Amino acid sequence: MKREVPLFLTAVIGVFMILSFFVPHQVVSVPGQFLQLTAVIVVSCGYVLGGANVLRVNLDAIAKQQPGWIYKLVLVLSLLATVAIGAIEGSGFLDPGRRSRWIYDTLYSPMSATMFALLAFFIASAAFRAFRVRTVEAWWLAAAALIVMIGRVPIGDALTGFLPPALHLSSIQEWIMNVPQNAAKRAILMGAALGVMATGLRVILGIERSYLSGED
Amino acid sequence: MSLHPSPDLSVWVAAFLTLCIFSFLYRDNPFYKFAEHLFVGVSAGYYIILNFWTVLVPNLGEPLLASFQGRGVVAARDGMFAASLGDYRGWLLIPALLGLMLFTRLFGRIGWMSRWPLAVIIGVFAGLKTTGYAQGDLVAQIEGSLQPLWTGDPATTINAIIFTVGLLTSLLFFFYSREPRGAFGVVSRIGIGFLMVGFGAGYGYTVMSRVSLLIGRFQFLLGDWLGLR
Amino acid sequence: MSPLERLARLDRRWIFLMMGILVLIPLLWPLKMEIRPTASSRTFHRAIAAIPDGATVLMSCDYDPGSIPEMVPMTRTAMRQLWEKNCKVVVTVLWPGGPGLVDKVIEDVAVADFPGKRYGVDWVNLGYKPGNEAVMVLMGQGILTAFPNDYRGNLTRSLPIMQRARTYADFPLLISISAGYPGTKEWVQQVQARFHLPMVAGVTAVSAPEFFPYVQSGQLVGLLGGMAGAAEYEKLRNESGDASRGMDAQSLAHVFVALCIVLGNLVPRRRAGS
Repeated sequence: MKREVPLFLTAVIGVFMILSFFVPHQVVSVPGQFLQLTAVIVVSCGYVLGGANVLRVNLDAIAKQQPGWIYKLVLVLSLLATVAIGAIEGSGFLDPGRRSRWIYDTLYSPMSATMFALLAFFIASAAFRAFRVRTVEAWWLAAAALIVMIGRVPIGDALTGFLPPALHLSSIQEWIMNVPQNAAKRAILMGAALGVMATGLRVILGIERSYLSGED
Repeated sequence: MSLHPSPDLSVWVAAFLTLCIFSFLYRDNPFYKFAEHLFVGVSAGYYIILNFWTVLVPNLGEPLLASFQGRGVVAARDGMFAASLGDYRGWLLIPALLGLMLFTRLFGRIGWMSRWPLAVIIGVFAGLKTTGYAQGDLVAQIEGSLQPLWTGDPATTINAIIFTVGLLTSLLFFFYSREPRGAFGVVSRIGIGFLMVGFGAGYGYTVMSRVSLLIGRFQFLLGDWLGLR
Repeated sequence: MSPLERLARLDRRWIFLMMGILVLIPLLWPLKMEIRPTASSRTFHRAIAAIPDGATVLMSCDYDPGSIPEMVPMTRTAMRQLWEKNCKVVVTVLWPGGPGLVDKVIEDVAVADFPGKRYGVDWVNLGYKPGNEAVMVLMGQGILTAFPNDYRGNLTRSLPIMQRARTYADFPLLISISAGYPGTKEWVQQVQARFHLPMVAGVTAVSAPEFFPYVQSGQLVGLLGGMAGAAEYEKLRNESGDASRGMDAQSLAHVFVALCIVLGNLVPRRRAGS
C-alpha cells in the first residue's frame, strides 16, 4: 500500500497526461485539466509545508540554544510577523499602502536583489583564481569567453571600430552565438530532451522510485 | 553633481539592509547574519501567505464553499459533483485531501501518506515534461536543423555547413556507448571544440548577467537613496 | 618577490574593491559609449510592431527582484510599445516573488506615460500561480479556470479585458520576460509547441545562449538577452532607461573580468595546500 499505491498513481496519471497531449476530446481534457488544477493546489500546499518546516527546524534550534540561535529568533519572528500581517490584511495584502506591501518593497525586494548582486564580485574573483587554461579545449573556451564578453558590450565596438564591420568584436561575437554556439547548444538541448524523456518514462513506469524516499 | 538623499524612511531601511549584505564582501559579520536571517524569514512568510491567498482560497476554498452551497461556475447545472471543464465543484475535495496529506510529512509515523500527493505531482509533471521536451526540444529542434547546406550565398552556405558539422559532431560526442578512437575519436574531439566554444560563450553571458545585478543595486543606492544628480 | 608572485597572493577583497569602483565610476560619470542594436533585438522589436493595433496580448513576467536590472527595463519598454499601439495586455507572473514587483512596474509606466490606461480595461495582472508547466497548460484550456481572481482580488470573468481573452487562441503573440524556471523554455515547450502561439522572449543573459536554437528553429520570433538586449531595445525605441545607463559600467566590468582571466593565467601556479 505504502509504495504500490503511489507507484500506481504516478503511472496512471503520467500516462493520462501524455494522452492529453494527443487527444482533445473532453473525456480526456476534463480529467486532464482537473489533474493539472490538482497539481497546482498540491504544489501550493507544498510551499506552505516548506514554510512550516523552516519554522519547525528553527524553533528547534532556538529551544536547544544552538550557536547563532539569536539570528534564528530573528528568522522566526520575521516569518511569523509576515504571515500574521498577511493573514489579517486578506487577499489584497499586496495592495499599495498595506503593511505586507511595505515588507515586500522594503525588506524582501532589496535583500533578494542584493544577495544576487554579490555574485558579480565572486565571478571576478573566480575568474582570477580559478579560470586556468591548461588544454587546447580550454583555450577554445577562454577565447570564446573573452570575445563574447568584450564583443557584447559597447566597448567592444569602441576598441575595434577602426576595422571593417565584419571584424568588429560585436560582429564576431554575433557569429559565435549564431553558428558554433548555436550548434553546441542545440546538441545539448536534444541530448537533454532525450534524457528527460527517458527519465519521465522511467518514473511513469515505476523504474525510477527515488521520490518515494524513506522507509516503508 | 549634487546629493539629494531620500526623505523616505523605507528607502533608508532598504539601503541599510543592502549595505548589510554587501558587508559580507569584507568578511562575515553580525550585520550580514542579521540581514540574511531576516531575508529567509520574510521570504518564507511571504511564500506561505502568497500561496494561501492566491491559490488555496480562490482555486480551492471558494469553489468548494460554493459547491457546498449548491453553486458552481456554470450556474445552469445542478449537483455537487456535476463537473465540467473549469467547474469541478465537489471534486475539489480530492486536491484538498491530497494537500492535507502532504502535511503528514512533518509527523514521522504517518509520513508515508505524503507519498500519495507527491505521486500525483510527479505523475502530472512527468507526463507534461515528457511531451513538452519531446515536441519543443527534440522534434522542433530536429526540424530546425534540416536546413539547406547550399543557399546560393557563400557566407550563409559556410555558416550552414559549420553549423551542421558542429551539431553532428557535438551529438556524436555524447554517444558514450563507443570508445572515442580512430575516426570516431577525431569527430568527438571536433565536437568537444564546438561544445567548449558554446560553454565559453555561455560564460561570457553569465558574467554580463551577474554584473547587471550589481549595476542595479548601485543604481538604487546612488539614485533612489542618495539622489545623486 | 616579483610583481606576478605578489599578484598570486592577492587578497580577493582587492578584486572586489576594483570591481566595485569600476562599476561605480561610469554610473557617476557616464562614458556615453554607443549602443548598437543587434539583429536579435531588432526582430523582437519588429515582432511587437507587427501586432495589429488594439489586439490583446499575453505577457508573462516570470521574474523576481533578483533580476530587476535585466528584466524591468524590458518590461517597461515592451509595455510602452504595446500601449502606443493601443494593445491590451494580460499579464501573468509565475514566480512567487514577482507579482508585487511586476504590478508596480506596469502601474508606474501607466501613471508616468499613459495616464488614460485603465486597469481591467487596458491591462490586467492575473498574478501568481504555482505549478509551473501545469499552470501554462491549464491556461490553454481556460485562463479563467487557472485565474478565477486577478492579483488585486477582482473576479477575472467580470473584467472587460478578459471578455475576449479566454484561451491562447485569443492572443496574436506571447511575450515572455523570464529569469529562469519556470519561464521561456517552459512556455516554448508547453504553449508554443502545443498551442502554436507565436512567441518572443526577453531573458536574463545567463540563460540567453540556450534560447538561440529556439530562434533559429522559429519557435521564438525574437529574443532579448540580458541588460545589453534591454539597452538595445531601448535604443530602438529612442528611450534612455536604466539598461542604457548601465552599459558603460557593464563595459568596464567586462574588461576587468577579462583582465582577471588573463592575469590569473600569468601568475605562478600555487602549490597545493599553500
